[in-house]
Amino acid sequence: MSGALLSVEDVAVDLPTPRGNLRAVDHVDLVVGAGKTLGIVGESGCGKTMLSRAILQLLPKKAKLSGRVMFDGQDLPALSAEKLRKLRGRSLAVVFQDPMTSLNPVLTIGTQLTETMQEHLELDLANARQRAIELLAAVGIPAPEQRLSQYPHQLSGGMRQRVAIAVALSCEPKLLIADEPTTALDVTIQAQILDLLAREQQRRHMAMIIITHDLGVVAGRTDEVAVMYAGRVVERAPTPSLFKQMRMPYTEALLAALPKLDAAPHTPLPAISGRPPDPTRPLKGCSFSPRCRYSAGRCGTEKPHLSAAEAPDHLYACFHPIAAGANA
Amino acid sequence: MATLELSLDETATAPAKRGRRLGTLFWVAIGWMLLVFAVAILADVLPLPSPTDMDMLERRAPFSVEHWLGTDGLGRDELARLIYGARISLIVGLCAPVIGLVFGGALGMLAGYFRGRFESIVVGSMDVLLAFPPLILALAVTAYLGQSIFNLTCILGVLGIPAFMRVARASTLTLARREFVIAAQALGASHARILLRELLPNVLLPLLAFFLLGVAVTIVVEGALSFLGLGVPPPISSWGSMIGEGRESLDVAPRLAFIPAIAMFLTVLSFNLIGDTMRALTDPRQGAL
Amino acid sequence: MLFFVARRLLYLVPVLIAVSVLTFVIASLLPGDLAYVILGDQATPENVAALRHDMGLDLPIWQRYFGWLWQILQGDFGRSFRTGQTVLQAVGERVPVSFELMLFAELIGLAIGVPLAIACAAKAGSAFDRLMTGSAFGMLSVPTFLSAILLIYLFAVELRWLPATGYVPFTEDPVANLRFMVLPALTLALAEWPGIMRVLRSDMIAALQEDYIALAKAKGLKPSRILFVHALKPSSLTLVTITGINIGRLIGGTVIVETIFALPGIGRLLVGAIYTRDLIILQGVVLLVAAGFVIMNFIVDMLYAVLDPRIRHGHA
Repeated sequence: MSGALLSVEDVAVDLPTPRGNLRAVDHVDLVVGAGKTLGIVGESGCGKTMLSRAILQLLPKKAKLSGRVMFDGQDLPALSAEKLRKLRGRSLAVVFQDPMTSLNPVLTIGTQLTETMQEHLELDLANARQRAIELLAAVGIPAPEQRLSQYPHQLSGGMRQRVAIAVALSCEPKLLIADEPTTALDVTIQAQILDLLAREQQRRHMAMIIITHDLGVVAGRTDEVAVMYAGRVVERAPTPSLFKQMRMPYTEALLAALPKLDAAPHTPLPAISGRPPDPTRPLKGCSFSPRCRYSAGRCGTEKPHLSAAEAPDHLYACFHPIAAGANA
Repeated sequence: MATLELSLDETATAPAKRGRRLGTLFWVAIGWMLLVFAVAILADVLPLPSPTDMDMLERRAPFSVEHWLGTDGLGRDELARLIYGARISLIVGLCAPVIGLVFGGALGMLAGYFRGRFESIVVGSMDVLLAFPPLILALAVTAYLGQSIFNLTCILGVLGIPAFMRVARASTLTLARREFVIAAQALGASHARILLRELLPNVLLPLLAFFLLGVAVTIVVEGALSFLGLGVPPPISSWGSMIGEGRESLDVAPRLAFIPAIAMFLTVLSFNLIGDTMRALTDPRQGAL
Repeated sequence: MLFFVARRLLYLVPVLIAVSVLTFVIASLLPGDLAYVILGDQATPENVAALRHDMGLDLPIWQRYFGWLWQILQGDFGRSFRTGQTVLQAVGERVPVSFELMLFAELIGLAIGVPLAIACAAKAGSAFDRLMTGSAFGMLSVPTFLSAILLIYLFAVELRWLPATGYVPFTEDPVANLRFMVLPALTLALAEWPGIMRVLRSDMIAALQEDYIALAKAKGLKPSRILFVHALKPSSLTLVTITGINIGRLIGGTVIVETIFALPGIGRLLVGAIYTRDLIILQGVVLLVAAGFVIMNFIVDMLYAVLDPRIRHGHA
């Protein structure tokens, strides 16, 4: 596809476990255009983190990857370690979930910021430090100059995540992958961090993938959303059209599980009943069918394919999609 | 039918798997240990020449039918000395850690169970004992008390108390918070009953694994003291003193030092290997190996 | 940080007092009496009684202890009744030898253990890793005096590369000094590297699983920088801990090694004092070594606090 910065083509990830082979990512196709944002949404264990690690080529040693990950015209799995290294941090950056563990506890903030720039931009230490101060200021850290000589444990969780974002932004990447960037943070800080990410994404014209379990996070902040379940993408659509008309019962259930501010007090949350299927024992039919209230007929025996029905850019994998207008 | 097959399968493979997990090395170590124990116990019954009879005409004799491993610098039969030496190493090596196990284990369990002031005193006094480099303390005490197997065993035993205390205290601390202890307390069981019936069986396993490692360490320290001529008094042979005597003739008959050295190495390695395997098996943090 | 140092310092005092009590009690275990040992053949009941009175041996034990402690606090550790040398002189002469030996041994131990640990952690589970972990386990079962005679046999008796015994002060002839030091230090190092390697290896394997290593990879850093800076630096604390734990064994090791290689260090002084029943020297050396050991452990504790930014800034 022309204009695509990243295209994930038929990617599958298999993990050998003592209980048998675990298919963490099951033939996923995704496209992210330059400067665009994609949200990947799903419950924990649905394979979204494995997918992000597959894009970054950071899978566990034992994992097997098939398919192509085309980034900027290069197939990442086929690249040499050295070429991949030159790409990572430079044009492909990442923010991990937990800033408590993703920053090295015994290196200063300054070291962790400048080392990437010294590596990729060939800046000398003085210039790298200058840029580091600018970056810290840009991500909203007060007194950035003093921070350089501090250690991660001296900063709060929100501040640490800002540092992690500054690290990711330091070489002006073309694509930023934010893997549950706010899950480990206080609720009050989550929105700030998300807005920071959105602002920097706009300002730097970079593409971004936000991975989250929270549909509320992607609403209004992404161009396109992909919903994952049991390793597969089950619905993919431009964000406005997804929220206007979701077709896949699982997406609807995810949305219903969000707490609503306007709900009456003490209303029980409609949690999705049941649990995701055991990934080492794949089901014959639709993976969601055991938990789906619309499940009927061939849902239990045949896998629905991801396909477009009415609009060409709204894909879903369901035999009994929610009727148009039912949840508008 | 399918479920039945599955369960049969699992029961059939489980023991085999455990055996394989322990590894051949483990069983070789067990074998060597049994051999050393057997010859040490049966030393008096075995058709061996006396380990102290000197034959000045046959000094440093090579291997022969008469002297399987030759003779040492004073014409004494090397094999007999090696086997009687095994006795000393095993007597000291096994008895000393028993002292550590009993006293250290008891102190550790009491400290871990009753906590409070008693625990501080126990831990503090162990810190003092640990303030001496172990070999220095052993040397000093033997120097003042005089060399004998009994003194040596007691000193090495006392030196082991802090380590056993730590192991016992650590396991007691974690166990004392577990449900079965709390349940026993709720049922009104006495402290003695809880300590002996509930805690002891559980603390004993890690202690016994540690005991084997303690045996290895003790054999080494006894060897070092005897090597320096400050362990068991002559003419009793111990592996350490044999190596020490063999050192004098390294240039003419290196085997006099190396034969007891190999015996000692294999024995220490066996105890370490078995102890380490047992420790890994009983370590609650890691579960199995 | 200051509070931390003060608390540890305060703990040091009772431990040192207890060490002095224990040393004194051990010295009092002597069957018979010091007076008999000193007089030897000339021990007649009258002589012994007179000497006991002169030395204050007829006083109750607690009075003797405080008298002894008072002298020590004034810097008087006693005098050898065989050579006439004071304890402090004898120890002062020999400390540099033992210290050089221990330092040299620890450096060789680290030089072998650290690179092996890094190589094994980087290729955890490989054939090389299994071989080295196995060798380290085997080496842990080789007593110091065993590796000493093995090295002597190999390098002094068979190959004749290095002298088996002897010593020249570093200030007189540095090259000869090092030639005499190589085998003893190597002997001790052979006992040191397995512990260093085992602990550091498992520590680094754990560190390599951390999120910050994944991020360092995602940052496109060079593998060497990830291994040496991001993974090794957190483990450097472990190195300090291991070194601290090793000191006790190292001191014990120097006693054996100095005796075997005839190095005029503290260990040989101690063993010599035992052979000649020079009990004043023995008591003084045991006390000084134990006190030195306690203080060295204290320094290691402090070093640990200085190195770990989390402790330095008063966390945890």
